[in-house]
Amino acid sequence: MSDILVSEQSAPGADGSGRPSGRLLEVDDLRVEFRTRDGVAKVINGVTYHVDAGETLAVLGESGSGKSVTAQTIMGILDMPPGFVTGGQVRFHGRDMLTMSAEERRRIRGEGIAMIFQDSLSALNPVFTVGFQIAEQFRIRRGMGRADAKKRAIEMLDQVKIPNAKGRFSNYPHQFSGGMRQRAMIAMSLALDPEVLIADEPTTALDVTVQAQIMDLLGELQRERQMGMILITHDLGVVADVADRIAVMYAGRIVEEADVYDLYAKPAHPYTLGLLDSIPRMDEKGQELRTIKGLPPNLMNIPPGCPFNPRCPMAQPVCREKVPPLLQIGSGRASACHFAEELVNRD
Amino acid sequence: MTENIIEVRDLVKHYPVTQGIVFKKTVGQVKAVDGVSFELKTGETLGVVGESGCGKSTLARVLMNLEKPTGGSVHYKGQDISKLSGGALRRLRRQIQLVMQDPYTSLNPRMTVGDLIGEPFEIHSEVAPKGSRRGKVKELLDLVGLNPEHINRYPHQFSGGQRQRIGIARALALRPEVIVCDEPVSALDVSIQAQVMNLLEKLQNEFGLSYVFIAHDLSVVRHLSDRVAVMYLGKMVEVGTEDEIYERPTHPYTQALLSAVPVPDPTLRDNKAIIRLTGDVPSPISPPSGCRFRTRCWKAQDVCAQQVPLLEIRRGSDHPSACHFAEKRAIVATHQA
Repeated sequence: MSDILVSEQSAPGADGSGRPSGRLLEVDDLRVEFRTRDGVAKVINGVTYHVDAGETLAVLGESGSGKSVTAQTIMGILDMPPGFVTGGQVRFHGRDMLTMSAEERRRIRGEGIAMIFQDSLSALNPVFTVGFQIAEQFRIRRGMGRADAKKRAIEMLDQVKIPNAKGRFSNYPHQFSGGMRQRAMIAMSLALDPEVLIADEPTTALDVTVQAQIMDLLGELQRERQMGMILITHDLGVVADVADRIAVMYAGRIVEEADVYDLYAKPAHPYTLGLLDSIPRMDEKGQELRTIKGLPPNLMNIPPGCPFNPRCPMAQPVCREKVPPLLQIGSGRASACHFAEELVNRD
Repeated sequence: MTENIIEVRDLVKHYPVTQGIVFKKTVGQVKAVDGVSFELKTGETLGVVGESGCGKSTLARVLMNLEKPTGGSVHYKGQDISKLSGGALRRLRRQIQLVMQDPYTSLNPRMTVGDLIGEPFEIHSEVAPKGSRRGKVKELLDLVGLNPEHINRYPHQFSGGQRQRIGIARALALRPEVIVCDEPVSALDVSIQAQVMNLLEKLQNEFGLSYVFIAHDLSVVRHLSDRVAVMYLGKMVEVGTEDEIYERPTHPYTQALLSAVPVPDPTLRDNKAIIRLTGDVPSPISPPSGCRFRTRCWKAQDVCAQQVPLLEIRRGSDHPSACHFAEKRAIVATHQA
């Protein structure tokens, strides 16, 4: 957790030999673009991150930053076309998933890596009962009979604290409330006991009190099972509560990666600083909020140099010319800013 | 400055639940808003917070006179708005305008920005004579921080934050006195959200507007509001100044709501007093008897099921709270710096 080897990370296991690199899941210099009628949108431009067993990596970013597309690429559920993976690797236990056969990938999905989605109403199939959709996995992937599968599915519903799990087994998704549907989806994703769970904005559609319940449940299940978790979110509050490490994304790149405490105490990228500053704070009530001026770049036309430079208050001529690489600064953190050292060392 | 511009008394809005296609019969009532009273003072911002289904958007619709109340009244400067019609109603509509939540669906994609912002002038032609309209629209665009040259563009050529600015410009077109903002920033990213909040604040100072600011994000409401009302299942459970609600909440629901807000500071992770509510909000078709929060409340006693607690100032507190056992409790409030 303490050593983020940004550039050296690609060495072990990169030859695809299947030699374990010690890392559970690694995304290495991933590049994805969408080829559309209007042009090519470079959605992911070299994303590198990893998650180990038992830890929570939060991927933080605004809409269009590429955080969900990265997750979809890991799961192999990216729409292709228009999406194209143009470079990089996604390694699970050291093996590149992007070059595997479809059958091998299928075996990892669910058992190795599972995912929960933001919108539980559209993620569940409305014409099958919730119980059936959970039991299905036990029947198909574990070869269980109907009765056994049902029993296991009820156990799963029980584990995610759905009251009266037995009675709820034969309910349809629309009969569940938003929070309960999200619980059912968690039950479904954990059914095959995955090693990594990707949670893509799991609580964005929920009210705060329900959000707190769901985040508690996720944390509890993660600790029990020692899962690695990738939490994709834009909510700086949720991240502060549950993450171990944070990767901040902007325009398809990781711009900063750090331990959660370091990141909030001393952000090393002007974008992170801007995000933290734009949260309304109680000691600044009535004052104007500090904002990040301008808009995120159009991904079909990312500005040369640092993609953040047109919005950056610290931008210098060098920022318009050279793309800053994600470099390690200090221990266990990395930043893609030419002036990262100055930012961290200022008071 | 402290006169009431809007007074709401015992406002009730029920929607019938019907069964049958030819012979519709009413089988129940969704009690969306069930006895809400408050007042809005000139120039102030009243924040309304609550979770989905608590009736805050219905409240906005009744304030806008888009829905007739089932009971109770809304007075604008002493006039009962639900009793107005014809010319008087049209004149009233000028004074209360709405900013909607979703900047993607609230703008007609086939109309240019100029037409969208200029449309209120078609209906209220006394505000801007025909020849001066384009000039007025350009002024409005400039006012909300958009380029006046973009008057002929269509909504899809703008980002979410810019569209919300268009929505605000449209609400401002008739120089209203009150703007009802229904979740104006909840569809926007954090960095854009701050820009729009700054704009709303700037406009309020410039034009002396009064806002009813409806949102579910407690930190956003806190930043903008002078007073805050907390709603639960169609009722107001606590009303007070921003400080009273966030620093000295007395209603258990307010306390639970505040404690559930994630604080963007990892160092507070372990010393937060967290109240976890169990279960979901009950159905507004058949709300619990007595206090509506009692089914999820850890303080509930027999009296809570029998007596509806009134929204009144309780002992040991300085602001109204609708709980039989209202009591101060320190909460690590949202976003302590």
